[in-house]
Amino acid sequence: MKENGKVTNVFLSGVGGQGTILASNILAEVFLKAGYDVKKAEVHGMAQRGGDVTTHFRYGKKVYSSLIKYGDVDFLLSFEELEALRYINWVKPDGKILINKQEIFPPAVSLGNMSYPKEVEATFKKFFKDNVHMIDGQAIAKKLGNAQAANVVLVGAFSNFFPNVKDEQWIDAIKGLLAAKLHDLNVKAFFEGKKAI
Amino acid sequence: MKKEIMQGNSAIVRGAWEAGCKVAAAYPGTPSSEILKEVADNYPDIYAEWSPNEMVAMQVASGAAFAGARAMCSMKHVGMNVAADAYMTLSYTGVKGGLLIIVADDPNVHSSQNEQDSRNWARFGKAPMLEPSDAQECKDFTKIAFDISEQFDTPVFLRTETRVAHADSPVTLEDRVESKIPLGLDPKDAPKYVMVPANVRVRRKVVEEKMKKLEEYAETFKYNVVEMNDPSVGVIASSAAYLYTKEVFPDWSYLKLGMAWPLPKKLIADFAKKVKKLVIVEELDPFFETEIRAMGIKVWHGKDVIPNMYELSPEIVEAALMGKKFKAPKVRVKPEDLPRRPPNLCAGCSHRPLFYALKKLGAFVFGDIGCYTLASAPPLQALHTTVCMGAGGGQAHGAMKALGQEGLGKVCAVLGDSTFLHSGLSPLMNAVYNKGNSTTIVLDNRITGMTGHQEHPGTGFTVRQEPTNMVDYTEIGKAFGVKSIRNIDPYNIKETMEIVKEEMAKDEPSLILCKNSPCMMLRRAKPLERFKNPVYAVSLDNCRGCKMCLEINCPAISWREGAGETKDGHKRKGTVYINPDQCVGCEVCAQICKYDAIQPGTK
Repeated sequence: MKENGKVTNVFLSGVGGQGTILASNILAEVFLKAGYDVKKAEVHGMAQRGGDVTTHFRYGKKVYSSLIKYGDVDFLLSFEELEALRYINWVKPDGKILINKQEIFPPAVSLGNMSYPKEVEATFKKFFKDNVHMIDGQAIAKKLGNAQAANVVLVGAFSNFFPNVKDEQWIDAIKGLLAAKLHDLNVKAFFEGKKAI
Repeated sequence: MKKEIMQGNSAIVRGAWEAGCKVAAAYPGTPSSEILKEVADNYPDIYAEWSPNEMVAMQVASGAAFAGARAMCSMKHVGMNVAADAYMTLSYTGVKGGLLIIVADDPNVHSSQNEQDSRNWARFGKAPMLEPSDAQECKDFTKIAFDISEQFDTPVFLRTETRVAHADSPVTLEDRVESKIPLGLDPKDAPKYVMVPANVRVRRKVVEEKMKKLEEYAETFKYNVVEMNDPSVGVIASSAAYLYTKEVFPDWSYLKLGMAWPLPKKLIADFAKKVKKLVIVEELDPFFETEIRAMGIKVWHGKDVIPNMYELSPEIVEAALMGKKFKAPKVRVKPEDLPRRPPNLCAGCSHRPLFYALKKLGAFVFGDIGCYTLASAPPLQALHTTVCMGAGGGQAHGAMKALGQEGLGKVCAVLGDSTFLHSGLSPLMNAVYNKGNSTTIVLDNRITGMTGHQEHPGTGFTVRQEPTNMVDYTEIGKAFGVKSIRNIDPYNIKETMEIVKEEMAKDEPSLILCKNSPCMMLRRAKPLERFKNPVYAVSLDNCRGCKMCLEINCPAISWREGAGETKDGHKRKGTVYINPDQCVGCEVCAQICKYDAIQPGTK
């Protein structure tokens, strides 16, 4: 009777302007082309004004809800440390996590009213042990000449969590979504990210 | 057939194009704004326009439908309130070409001033409403909505919500088929369209007959789908609520309603008979539940356990229906202990110095709908009301009438350029006509900002970027009879304070126009060109750590703890830091600093 089968849940979080939407579009293209049903949900609205951004991405034989059930995240990709911590409860006990080493202060921290959470990595490691990875996407992208490619660096690192997907499938999706002049940079960014964990 | 991942909003437009739609009009509003932009960007076969408000958008679309074309208007849920005057009578007149009204709800108020449930409009105004749950259905339901509109001679609603409008999923693409209805207007149709009492009474009957026929149609409507699985529990649901429930209770039986109004009473009664216990899962109001209970059908669970506010999700539905048996996942970190990340005005935004000035003047500020609503948040807290589009002007006038001379010098209204044209004109006209003394400030940033840069009649461009007439706000003020019309440059805080103070104190209506204040993200206005220096930096010799500059809540400025002292020996607990990557050089913080601690820097 169950038509759901196995659905994989990917949660992306970050701050407006970090390029989470491109990252989730790449994921969606990859898994659609690989023959899966896919669903993706995000709140736009005020993200442009520096608010937090989340995307729920799901793939499987048949996907119903676009929203992931709280606590059911298989893979968490966070573009910012506080935005990783905010969703730590969403991840399954055996879930895998990739966090970008970047701190962007929210207003309460900028104003000196609250402090930025310390030891984000240690908190994650306490619960998820070796399934936690942190990389400095901006630093890797800057070395390639453009910090803007940090999101694709992260996608590259994240691709290690999906061993059944071939590199070409990721590259095809990246090329399909970006203008031709950005292809070289982002293909490099993908592979540098892939090597980073 | 080609399959593409599409956002719900894009899929609606694809469906409209495939259905031969010719005219689309809208006023932007989250989560509906992408619809009209998608038409303009990718479907040249459809005429597209940003109308100044939702009422005009509905007038435009219905006029096109009267002329035989398939037409649509789109808006957010609160936009329907503006368009309602047209809608409530269009359901009497009917149409000729198909007329689609797309209304996008915002459960959980991600970006709105209320959480109204648009399904009520269908019952209230007597028109059918379809409710898609994913992008494929957005396309399919849009197409069939045009057919229903023409077959039953009625406007048809397509109701979405955030998780449908802004969710992406695969869509199968098909070709466009032109409408078979010939274009043209016929004066002989007047009795159908002229809603004077004698004609209304005739149409009134037609409306009821139409709804009866639609109720029969709903019984066999192909998107009202029964899925019989385990008959011990049967769920009636629509839209995203169906998906959430199906997700967590895949074995139960379902009646998925693709048509939210009118309801297929026989189908519902049959389904209720086939299952042991009936559950109704719906977001917001007990819309289905009220109707189904009124049919005398026993409902096991509905709004007794399913929340009637905010949005649903798989775990909310699961927890509600499982009761005590529901086990929540373990909490590792309490999210409420973490600093929140609310949206903020951009670095360099001209609203920031203006609201700083209003705060310093101690003004009570009647606000409106737009980015400037963000000025209500701490630490600025310089905007004190937000009700609906255009409300601020009308309310400020009313407040001044109540306060009399006591109110002079203490009250003003603010609204954006797009909001001013949407529904701020009548309140200004009224303030003059009724001998008021309110002050209205138009925060002209040359674009509709909050919803993502849509053109309006004051920008000089159409949605397809063709140059067009640009409304002159000064001339509007003059024509309305406003004697005191002043321009301000919000980046000059001192002068802004002087002018606003003078105008608020005058015993006559004033109109203040912000000039030199384009949106920081509006590239064509070259917003950064007006700043003398590209960036500012903090002089550690001078910074006393007084935190005055933090009052403006600029995203580029942050507090750095650390005892020390200035060059001339003033002790301090810390200093501020200006992030050169975020600072755009607007100089507002430098104007506020009393100790000359913020100075031009280098990028």
